Amino acid sequence: MIEIENVSKWYGPHQVLKGCSLSVKKGETLVVCGPSGSGKSTLLKCVNGLEKFEEGKITVERTSVGDPSTNLPRLRSKIGMVFQNFELFPHMTALDNVCLGQNKVLRRSKAESVSRSMALLERVGLADHASKYPGQLSGGQAQRVAIARALGMDPVAMLFDEPTSALDPEMISEVLDVMIELARDGMTMMVVTHEMGFARKVATHIVFMDHGAIIEDVPKETFFSSPGVRAQAFLSKLLSH
Amino acid sequence: MNYNWNWAVIFTEPYLGWLLKGLQLTLTIACCAGVIAFCIGGVVGICRTLDVAPLRIAATAYVELFRNVPLLVQLFIWFFVVPELLPKTWGHYVKRDLPFPEITTAIICMGLYQAASIAETVRAGIQSVGRNQRFAGLAIGLTTFQVYRYVLLPVTIRTIIPPLASTFLATVKDSSLALTIGVLELTAQSRQIEVYTFQGFEAFFAATLLYQAVTVVVIFAMQYLEKTLRVPGMLSLAQK
Amino acid sequence: MFGNFDFQVIVRWAPLLAEGMALSLLLTGIAIIGGVVLGAVLAIMRLSPSRLLSWPSGFYVNFFRSIPLILVIFWFYFSVPIVIGRPVGSFYSVLIAFTMFEAAYYCEIIRAGIMSVGRGQSAAAQAIGLSSFQAATSVILPQAFRNMLPVLLTRSIVMFQDTSLVYVVGLRDFMTTADIVATRENRIVEMYLFAAVVYLAICFAGSMWARSLQRKYAI
Repeated sequence: MIEIENVSKWYGPHQVLKGCSLSVKKGETLVVCGPSGSGKSTLLKCVNGLEKFEEGKITVERTSVGDPSTNLPRLRSKIGMVFQNFELFPHMTALDNVCLGQNKVLRRSKAESVSRSMALLERVGLADHASKYPGQLSGGQAQRVAIARALGMDPVAMLFDEPTSALDPEMISEVLDVMIELARDGMTMMVVTHEMGFARKVATHIVFMDHGAIIEDVPKETFFSSPGVRAQAFLSKLLSH
Repeated sequence: MNYNWNWAVIFTEPYLGWLLKGLQLTLTIACCAGVIAFCIGGVVGICRTLDVAPLRIAATAYVELFRNVPLLVQLFIWFFVVPELLPKTWGHYVKRDLPFPEITTAIICMGLYQAASIAETVRAGIQSVGRNQRFAGLAIGLTTFQVYRYVLLPVTIRTIIPPLASTFLATVKDSSLALTIGVLELTAQSRQIEVYTFQGFEAFFAATLLYQAVTVVVIFAMQYLEKTLRVPGMLSLAQK
Repeated sequence: MFGNFDFQVIVRWAPLLAEGMALSLLLTGIAIIGGVVLGAVLAIMRLSPSRLLSWPSGFYVNFFRSIPLILVIFWFYFSVPIVIGRPVGSFYSVLIAFTMFEAAYYCEIIRAGIMSVGRGQSAAAQAIGLSSFQAATSVILPQAFRNMLPVLLTRSIVMFQDTSLVYVVGLRDFMTTADIVATRENRIVEMYLFAAVVYLAICFAGSMWARSLQRKYAI
């Protein structure tokens, strides 16, 4: 589904991604972890073309992301993305946030997008908050609306950029629960996160990055039973959930 | 201090009429210029935030040009120089048939001048919404145009209401420069009264009071507009 | 289009134009110094908890910021001779007008600069035992000054442009001199365009400098 081949990226003289390669097959959940500044978020943003890369190739469902002839908006409408700071549109209600993409990009009728959006808000447990504005929602609620917004586009894959890092501790599990259910329902997911408990539950395989390079890319069991040296150092610094 | 006070002067005709006519001209120039400034400034400001290099550079050049030349010099150039540089037929129209040439010139000049200021305000406003909001819009498949239309601009409009009000008030004050090309706006009228009656303190005081009144009205209008457009909870988000 | 335009006129009148520019710069310079000093006093008064100090200074600032500079110039041109009791040259009236006008703007810039240093900074300073005065001079003011320097510079560039307004009282600054030459030699296009280019060069250079200072001193 998602193939990343030898991708490198520079910010001026500074190389932020060094020949990264990985693949996520349909239905798999990939967790990307590593210290701050290791390039995980940058790599994630390259997958849906929000960041450009200088070398290498990324394909999503056989569409090449870096190809100048690719219709990026259309590609992005098929990939859902959830941001660390939720990034809900503050001037629209939760319902309108979920409907916007469906109305303007997928050209669904208002009635259809409203009914689908309500169903999605129901699925993430927030149907009662549909007419609230993002400023009136808690962090955990906002992030769940953000997930519903991404799901509204009926994506083939979902990208998560540290979805729980900006949340207060007591709200992390409500978001993780939604993500776990998504994974178990068969969604193809690429998740950048520090939440190792989540990884242990649903990850198919785990990638460890440091200084822009992929250090380890192993199945979940291998990662937790015998992690490499740097991964082990990283893991030991995390508080386990 | 050797001065004859006569406050009645500013309340009697014809002087009161002069002041009010002057106020009317001041407001006409400011409002018309304001509309021009908002339209052009909005476009230029948006161009400064786009990824398209030629548009961005052109917009930056516009802003630098109009902000680094004094308004008085710009006004003289519009009024005296531009008609000379226009092609024959346009030049003739402007020099002979243009209705109210001084006022029209003042409006165009002030409009384009303040557009540069508004462009900066719009640019800062769009950038304050943040890169990530732009990313979020792009991530659900919106085109760049749609991102501006549905995500960036609606939020920007709400944040820039106070600076826009300031710019409008600045335009009201700048309209006084039109007196140098013969427009009898408020400041000019107060000077006329001073010249005719020697009651300078009273005349200038009246003009001052009228300018203050305009300021108060604009501030109230701005607060009303802010309240109407307010989105519940958005202020707290903007501070995150 | 520029065929029968005579730019030699600029060269011929260069000495007079230079005098005009000297006046513009002199006026700007003195008004900056006076304006910053008076503005700083006003800012401190506005920040003071005492109503006796903050109210008058607030009134002063709002007064001068709500009326056009031309009106202020007329005010002082008219009233300074009367208040002093004898005729005063337009230069001194204008100088006072500029200084008092700009002081209102500098006051706001300085006040914003001081307030931009977060409350946490003064709390931290007091927590390590500094007195209010020491906190102000060692912690708050250095940061405030670095924050406000670019804006002070920008405002000064605006003031340099504003000096062109002395045209309305006939004082011979650069702009008025260019206008005199333009009328005398009937070379309006050349002189006004020349004036625009000169101002553009000076102000653009100034704003570039302000921007580089901002990058250098940004906290």
